[in-house]
Amino acid sequence: MALEKITLTHLQRLEAEAIHIMREVVAEADKAVMLYSIGKDSAVMLHLARKAFYPSVPPFPLLHIDTTWKFRAMYEFRDQMARECGMHLIVYQNPEAKRRGINPFEHGSALHTELWKTEGLKQALVQHGFDVAFGGARRDEEKSRAKERVFSFRSASQRWDPKQQRPELWHLFNAKKAKGESIRVFPLSNWTELDIWQYIHAENIPIVSLYLSAPRPTVVRDGLLLMVDDDRFPLHLGEVPTSRSIRFRTLGCYPLTGAFESMAATLPEVIREMLVTRTSERHGRAIDHDQSASMERKKQEGYF
Amino acid sequence: MLGGDTREKVHESFAQDPHKTLLRFITCGSVDDGKSTLIGRLLYDSKMILEDQLAELEADSKRIGTQGENIDFALLVDGLAAEREQGITIDVAYRFFSTERRKFIVADTPGHEQYTRNMVTGASTADLAVILIDARKGVLIQTRRHAYLAHLIGIRNVVLAVNKMDLIGYDQAKCQAIVVEFTAFANSIGIKDLVVIPMSGLGGDNIARHSDKMPWYTGKTLVEHLDSVAIDVNVDQLQPLRMPVQWVNRPNLDFRGFSGLICAGVVKPGDTIRVLPSGKTSTVSRIVTFDAELSQAVAGQSVTLTFSDEVDCSRGDVIVAADSPPQVADQFESTLVWLSEEPLLPGRPYWLKLATQTVGASVHAPKYQVNVNTLDQLAAKTLELNAIGVANIVTDRPVVFEPYAINRDLGGFILIDKISNATVAAGMINFALRRSQNIHWQAIEVSREGRAALKHQRPSVLWFTGLSGAGKSTIANLVEKKLHRMNRHTFMLDGDNLRHGLNKDLGFTDADRVENIRRVGEVAKLMTDAGIIVITAFISPFRAERQMVRDMMAPGEFIEIFVDTRLSVAEQRDVKGLYKKARAGKLANFTGIDSPYEAPIAAEIRIDTSGMTPEQAATLVVDELLGGS
Repeated sequence: MALEKITLTHLQRLEAEAIHIMREVVAEADKAVMLYSIGKDSAVMLHLARKAFYPSVPPFPLLHIDTTWKFRAMYEFRDQMARECGMHLIVYQNPEAKRRGINPFEHGSALHTELWKTEGLKQALVQHGFDVAFGGARRDEEKSRAKERVFSFRSASQRWDPKQQRPELWHLFNAKKAKGESIRVFPLSNWTELDIWQYIHAENIPIVSLYLSAPRPTVVRDGLLLMVDDDRFPLHLGEVPTSRSIRFRTLGCYPLTGAFESMAATLPEVIREMLVTRTSERHGRAIDHDQSASMERKKQEGYF
Repeated sequence: MLGGDTREKVHESFAQDPHKTLLRFITCGSVDDGKSTLIGRLLYDSKMILEDQLAELEADSKRIGTQGENIDFALLVDGLAAEREQGITIDVAYRFFSTERRKFIVADTPGHEQYTRNMVTGASTADLAVILIDARKGVLIQTRRHAYLAHLIGIRNVVLAVNKMDLIGYDQAKCQAIVVEFTAFANSIGIKDLVVIPMSGLGGDNIARHSDKMPWYTGKTLVEHLDSVAIDVNVDQLQPLRMPVQWVNRPNLDFRGFSGLICAGVVKPGDTIRVLPSGKTSTVSRIVTFDAELSQAVAGQSVTLTFSDEVDCSRGDVIVAADSPPQVADQFESTLVWLSEEPLLPGRPYWLKLATQTVGASVHAPKYQVNVNTLDQLAAKTLELNAIGVANIVTDRPVVFEPYAINRDLGGFILIDKISNATVAAGMINFALRRSQNIHWQAIEVSREGRAALKHQRPSVLWFTGLSGAGKSTIANLVEKKLHRMNRHTFMLDGDNLRHGLNKDLGFTDADRVENIRRVGEVAKLMTDAGIIVITAFISPFRAERQMVRDMMAPGEFIEIFVDTRLSVAEQRDVKGLYKKARAGKLANFTGIDSPYEAPIAAEIRIDTSGMTPEQAATLVVDELLGGS
């Protein structure tokens, strides 16, 4: 046999690793689910899942923890992707948050996130009996993420204890757990933001249009450039949204997600802009800066 | 570097990015060697630290930093709140940066001895290790430990970073002294590819840019080295095919595929494969992926294979090259790193996970524990958190494996506590012991029982152990003569004789002695299979190796005979003149003089040569042997 060595690129190796992780989960979990947040990381994760199990449809549902405050374009995109991939989509809205009408404008970002996302996620996992949930978190996002395992263990009360993490050696993941305990699994742990964009480009993965620049109605609040996505946005007296050419680096609830001005309307332009950018990705996220070490605290409480 | 300001540079970078290769490395050093500063510096110099992070870093540096008004790079990487408070790195953190040629994943691991497990974890996926030394302090015990662990876990490329050169005035001679000392140590433990770079993490000297303060250093900067070091990521491709099956892909009745990550070799449609442990063969018909069918796939790729016929194959099986399958066994000698606060309990059932195989397993009492600071082998009854030791493991089902030195994925395993589900140990298989179900052994229809019956005897190994000059060979010879006269079919394996042939490549280091005994054990085992009574006379100074040979044999067939002669008496006899040579320093590693003899604790037969003649001793042995059969 003539051997010509093939050198795999870093994206090929990251892809193979993520697929390996997903298959381990499916082989060992009782009931897995994929957290689908509609963002670019979710888009990559969903794409990898389709690759991992092809020609089968990925053998788990998608779960969207909804806050009712996402961008309209995100909801459209979500429903379209669910149809296209043939996977079951579960949308969960915390009934308590819904009843109390929790929103970022009146209740602040901390309570909004706590009730809709952290509590909503915990409720959905318990209600459906999911024992393993995939998440799209990456280690390069934030300092405390850098130390999280790929298989991140949660106690029966869904808390994360950074001191009790299981060592992960080689490509071996210990997925054993007691009844009631669960595992969050992060197949994109070793990807960076740049890897994500290059992979989206290389694989031609569909993403929400908000990642690409276009003229959109905006106002400036507390140093964040916000998009006025619907008429629930409480404008101040005499305030008129200004049309600016903007795009987003991350997508969340529209009142909490800062945009920035950009002319990058295509993927190669976005990547080029990324390569010269001087601010980090979560800079535009209001919730990360609530309190010091705030991500670590949220994670201990059960946030993804 | 990334993030250059000119438009052209960005274009160039964008064009090259998708074709980058990946290098994973680990940084190790003691708490004060400047490891976090070095990583912070690597990220900073490669423009991976962005404005908002920098602003946060500057504020933190002023508030809790240790560098006065300067940026404290260490704060960038000490992630968890507890760590920031204590000022030490507790866990493994992974960092990312890239150059125009490569993407890097750095495992940042703590230096203290109590974090050996974290270092081993970080090292398990690394291609290269950067070992930091504080130039003011030179080679410390920790430095040796880190080098040993990196080597143990199989990292071939090692960089010695002599850091804090600014604090010794960039003195070449002082640096050179450190290098000489470290190189001697590194060579002694088997590290071959060692690159030395003098640097200053604080000033960035020889990290991303050449230092003008050390004109005497003409080698590469750290980044240049990381960028260009030849990482044999392709080495696994040159081995025979190995693919542990993770999942059977069965979307409908017409499709049945086997999904997994190829961990060695290359596969093409038409290749003949074998499924282990069953041993059934088939032919690969297609390599299915989401994008297209592939004409070949290589180690490192996750794929789905289909076969030309219906062969039983499920999770835990390993698809391998039909003509060169790996071994299948249920008993191994393994090196263990204990990761749990709960110490090893020999005999307790654990889960063992190796590739996609999960089986029940129990661990024998350790043969020895390694003192990671001195590398001495210590007697041990258990292994506690962070301990490294060697022990035999028995599994409840045969496991498809390769020795760790050949393949990390098929030789590395974890042990899982069956009650707490915690990962309690990481293990590396050295070799298999009794190969109970080695399916590609030729099936032989005449059984060992049949052969023994033909000779009207029970095969045994009479294993004489004791100091040189104790009288082992003399007594063993007499025993063989007696048995021969009684029509027993015997064979004498003599140490000196074997060293003229089978073992002529071995010397007298501890490692060679172990291998010497292992080979003797294997030969003796074959002979017992043939029905023969094997008589051996070897010093065999280590308990662990005698135990290893005992474990190879069927129960009751290994008879350990301790020829107990005091050292002073043996030395006085000195039949071969060896003690004299050893005392004169002309013979190194001589048992009893500068190499230990570990006396048996529970030998089947003990012969006190001060109380009986060789003739009496031989009679005692023959009586014991035949009386017991």
